[in-house]
Amino acid sequence: MALVNSFSQGVITTTADQFLNWTRKSSVWWMLFGLACCAIELMQTQGPRADVDRFGAAPRASPRQSDLMVVAGTLTLKMALRTKVLYDQMPEPRYVISMGACASCGGLFQLAYSVCDGVDKVIPVDVYVPGCPPRPEALTEGILKLQEKMMTETWLVKRPAVGIEA
Amino acid sequence: MDATEIFERLRAQFSDKIVSVDAEAVDPSAVVEGDAIVDVCKFLRDTEDLRCNVLTNQTGVDYKEDGYIEVVYHLYSYTHRHYAILKVRTPRDQGTIPSVESVWKAANWLEREIYDLLGVRFSSHSDLRRILMPEDWVGHPLRKDFVEPTEYHGISTTRESLLR
Repeated sequence: MALVNSFSQGVITTTADQFLNWTRKSSVWWMLFGLACCAIELMQTQGPRADVDRFGAAPRASPRQSDLMVVAGTLTLKMALRTKVLYDQMPEPRYVISMGACASCGGLFQLAYSVCDGVDKVIPVDVYVPGCPPRPEALTEGILKLQEKMMTETWLVKRPAVGIEA
Repeated sequence: MDATEIFERLRAQFSDKIVSVDAEAVDPSAVVEGDAIVDVCKFLRDTEDLRCNVLTNQTGVDYKEDGYIEVVYHLYSYTHRHYAILKVRTPRDQGTIPSVESVWKAANWLEREIYDLLGVRFSSHSDLRRILMPEDWVGHPLRKDFVEPTEYHGISTTRESLLR
């Protein structure tokens, strides 16, 4: 771009999409929502050692104020319905990280009568973090991967609706 | 007091209400008539030298071939440090057992769990609802003849598992 670095000090040039994405990815607030033992690692990720607050990610106690849902733990069929409700309550743009084997595919408990084998049967998932449970470093990597994805979003140009031929 | 002595005391007190005693097992147990279970439990709890003051666990087993479900009571006495195991048999269809919630409050949730997973009803229970499965769930999953529904509210229960 011809404008880049063509101004004196103190002026930054960027595109609107890049700027919007940069603000969004720098404040990923996730919903306080733990289902099983993965939630313990989720708490550790937020704690002082892994400290994802340095990437702008922080827990939020309400789906209405959250950008990200970390599905941390075994999803039962009973909870699957509630998870869908919570997801619907989140404002767009919203993202989902499926944390651990259970949330991704049912894990160890996938054959149990009460277990939904994978949260992607209920809501769309952006990043899958493998592990049982994943270490805080792994979840941090997942959040960084999500930030990369967030930087590719386009907001000013309308995206075509899904499922409709151009 | 060991289990054999406890069951002898029960035999002396309730005679024909005690169906059988298995003293040889690792954990000796006594099978009790369903309609006497509340009286037997009150006797075990309130008698000075028995004093089984805690229901540590209450669970159930489905014996499909024999046509009954067995509800198992694990009792413990903190006072005398002895155990007692009672069993009550009930038919698989419409089986009903008197609730021991009036004896140990802990039985409330344990009996709800047995009702939820095995479908045994407990008469005079204060709040007999499902405790683990969703309220609108069909069937009792720990029964041997439980058939899993193909979907639950649009969520397919067909599992694309590699573990099978």
